[in-house]
Amino acid sequence: MSKQTITLNVNGSSVSTEAEPRELLIHVLREQLEITGPHIGCETSHCGACTVEIDGMSVKSCTLFAVQAQGKEITTIEGLGDPDKLHVLQEKFKEHHGLQCGYCTPGMITRAHRLLEENPNPTEEDVRFGIAGNLCRCTGYQNIVKAVLAAADELNQSETAA
Amino acid sequence: MSATAETVQDRKAALKGLGTSRKRVEDARFTQGKGNYVDDIKLPDMLFGDFVRSQHAHARVISIDTSAAMALPGVVAVLTAADLEPLNLHWMPTLAGDKQMVLADGKVLFQGQEVAFVIAEDRYIAADAVDLVQVKYEELPVLVDPFKAELPDAPILREDIADAKEGAHGARRHPNHIFTWEQGDKPGTEAILSEAPVVAEEMVYYHRTHPCPMETCGSVASMDKVNGKLTLWGTFQAPHVVRTVASLLSGIAEHNIRVVSPDIGGGFGNKVGVYPGYVCSIVASIVTGKPVKWVEDRMENLSSTAFARDYWMNGKIAATEDGKILGLWCHTTADHGAFDACADPTKYPAGFMNICTGSYDIPTAYLAVDGIYTNKAPGGVAYRCSFRVTEAAYFIERMIEVLAIKLNMDAAELRAKNFIRKEQFPYQSALGWEYDSGDYHTAWNKALEAVGYKELREEQAKQVEEFKAGNTRKLMGIGLCHFTEIVGAGPVKNCDILGMGMFDSCEIRIHPTGSALARLGTISQGQGHATTFAQILATEIGISADDITIEEGDTDTAPYGLGTYGSRSTPVAGAATAMAGRKIRAKAQMIAAYLLEVHDNDIEWEVDRFVVKGAPERFKTMKEIAFASYTQAIPGVEPGLEAVSYYDPPNMTYPFGAYICVMDIDVDTGVSDVRKFYALDDCGTRINPMIIEGQVHGGLTEALAIAMGQEIAYDELGNIKTGTLMDFFIPTSWETPNYQTDFTETPSPHHPIGAKGVGESPNVGGVPAFSNAINDAFRAFGLTHTHMPHDHWRVWKTANKLGLHG
Repeated sequence: MSKQTITLNVNGSSVSTEAEPRELLIHVLREQLEITGPHIGCETSHCGACTVEIDGMSVKSCTLFAVQAQGKEITTIEGLGDPDKLHVLQEKFKEHHGLQCGYCTPGMITRAHRLLEENPNPTEEDVRFGIAGNLCRCTGYQNIVKAVLAAADELNQSETAA
Repeated sequence: MSATAETVQDRKAALKGLGTSRKRVEDARFTQGKGNYVDDIKLPDMLFGDFVRSQHAHARVISIDTSAAMALPGVVAVLTAADLEPLNLHWMPTLAGDKQMVLADGKVLFQGQEVAFVIAEDRYIAADAVDLVQVKYEELPVLVDPFKAELPDAPILREDIADAKEGAHGARRHPNHIFTWEQGDKPGTEAILSEAPVVAEEMVYYHRTHPCPMETCGSVASMDKVNGKLTLWGTFQAPHVVRTVASLLSGIAEHNIRVVSPDIGGGFGNKVGVYPGYVCSIVASIVTGKPVKWVEDRMENLSSTAFARDYWMNGKIAATEDGKILGLWCHTTADHGAFDACADPTKYPAGFMNICTGSYDIPTAYLAVDGIYTNKAPGGVAYRCSFRVTEAAYFIERMIEVLAIKLNMDAAELRAKNFIRKEQFPYQSALGWEYDSGDYHTAWNKALEAVGYKELREEQAKQVEEFKAGNTRKLMGIGLCHFTEIVGAGPVKNCDILGMGMFDSCEIRIHPTGSALARLGTISQGQGHATTFAQILATEIGISADDITIEEGDTDTAPYGLGTYGSRSTPVAGAATAMAGRKIRAKAQMIAAYLLEVHDNDIEWEVDRFVVKGAPERFKTMKEIAFASYTQAIPGVEPGLEAVSYYDPPNMTYPFGAYICVMDIDVDTGVSDVRKFYALDDCGTRINPMIIEGQVHGGLTEALAIAMGQEIAYDELGNIKTGTLMDFFIPTSWETPNYQTDFTETPSPHHPIGAKGVGESPNVGGVPAFSNAINDAFRAFGLTHTHMPHDHWRVWKTANKLGLHG
């Protein structure tokens, strides 16, 4: 199958790569761009391990052809923080034991990030509803919810302070 | 004095040792997307493997035509059983003493079975080629009901062993029969059943389900023909055993095989077994001379690797009229699917199902398990439990409820009346175990009090009245469970897997500047070993956990161990860690005595140092001792500070817990809602309370899934009906309740630090608690027992059958 050149803006950098029209975004991210934070957990868009942000929306990158992301702004877990300064969500997931095997974590944090962008003051119910597209088999969600609420608190406080 | 005491406390706190809710060292990489899972491995020239699978549950393979697939550009090879046969790799041994086809050899025995292995330059081409492989089948009659396996018209599934009268576990009475396993006193139990004042009987089915970790199974094999070395990365809960098996199967010497378990995205028992994909990736790499990756997708995972449970447990329980249990009888029909691939210790074909007397002092008992072949996927793994322990716990905790109904007695009171008493430990059970320790009454009373049990029962009675009066359409269920696990397999004298004794190991190196590296034979899949094992060691050797690196999973560097499953890491490898730490300390004591110019016996250990008795100002810290061990010539002592321990546990450990679930059920829709869940766990000495709580939350959510809807279901033709996450229930954050956790602490008397393991308790205890809540809600309307999973439709049907829909 013939390949097409696509240009994606991933985590603030513009990258060009070749992909067949049928290639899923998750495969192009992971195998060509070597962005392996987003994971593959199913092929039916249920698990959310592959969640990334595209132009300000949470998207399961196994549900999109890479060519559909042509020219779009994509943020993955790798774009949320860096080793010297973790994102508040990354800090809070660590602090509240919001992860165990770590496989769902990149998708979960990426989803939580978008949730807080859209709703900076979520209730527990808002968080539980907002991350329901991301499955976790290890934590029972209780500490994930705690971490997201704690991150919201801290983000709001730093905003008030600023 | 108080200043000194404080200092000791401060020093102790600085170690972040036992009992500390230390934050996890693993989280930095996982939260930044820098975990390294098997599918993240990318090697130069790596090829991709993909399976052609059977759509039939039972059929003869007439022909396999690979020509069209081979003609596709980018396809490197297509392997079939005929290609593997010269290598004697078309079949492989299972962990249960059976054998399993790697690729279909003449016939297929379950839907999704591996038929051919395509190797191509990328995963898309491999998938295209899978579609181009033409397989001609001749369909055969299908057997899905284990109770029909021995009827005269039953199809014979395993023609390869149809005439074998003896299997790996004794006599076989029919070609579709695998084994009969008997424990306990059959005539004694039957005599009690015939004479007892009260006998309750029930068929308790624990349905087929699947561990379904977020990451599926996979491997990358790389045969380096120049150096003759095979490296195999994969989702292995037992990497060392995989190396031994790979060596025996391939003929490659074991020192020329390196098996690596990288980060593992959850295991829950799914990643204990050896699967055809692993074997095919190895063969493909040997054949092509290139690295070959195989990663199954979710449908392949659910339909081919490692189902769990599928036990039909017929029970009889005898008691006096005032509720003292006299005897327990159980006959289990175990549906094993097409190959017996259970991951149990060799001598236990039904795992530790003989823990089914539970937390109760039952003087006489008998258990028989019949293993049966059907046209379903092989497996029978311990899904977040020690071998068949969750089946056993579910069975006894349902039987107690059924007996309470028969006696018209409160089920909490019935339990308390029959618990093994604290002073009876160590307790010899009627089915052969020696329970090491426990204090069930204390835990039980604490749980009942915490939830306000008496008030809940009053509220429930009131609600039944209101329901009968037509004032509400909701019912309330109180799900009780007191479970006892048996984990930490196990003593080498009776526990082995493929002949390998189930010890575990730890190797420690203290570096000159006083930090350390410890390597273990286990492998974390999310349990946080890098965090908790460092804590065990910190307390033993007085070096801060932050200065200790834990490594596992690379057979070239880690000491041999049997891996992580059955809650065995803390009981076995955790013990090895403590014992290796004590060896370090023993050598350190000699060095310290030399440095302090006193006799060994004149110094004593204090948190992180050796102190001269009676002269606390004279001491040497472990850090100073470590430095001295590399820099000074100490008479009679070898340089360096290292130790290794291989630990053979003297007994299993027996964690227990008291769980109570309060459920509200809408009778008209069958929708249930967990109002409260209280979980008290006693796992002995607590290493990291934060991680324990996390394990409990996660295990309870897996229990919720299993009890309330998760199943691997087949239709009568052997078609899998729940092969995707569309149909296979995994609770989201929306369905999952908050849990209240609690604990008591009864240390194991034989474990070096008294720890018992906890990761699997919530699954083992959670399933009966959820199921009992559903059953209990309908008790007032005449229900004795209804099978799991309790999805909305089934609960609605239960209510309907009881005439509750008017």
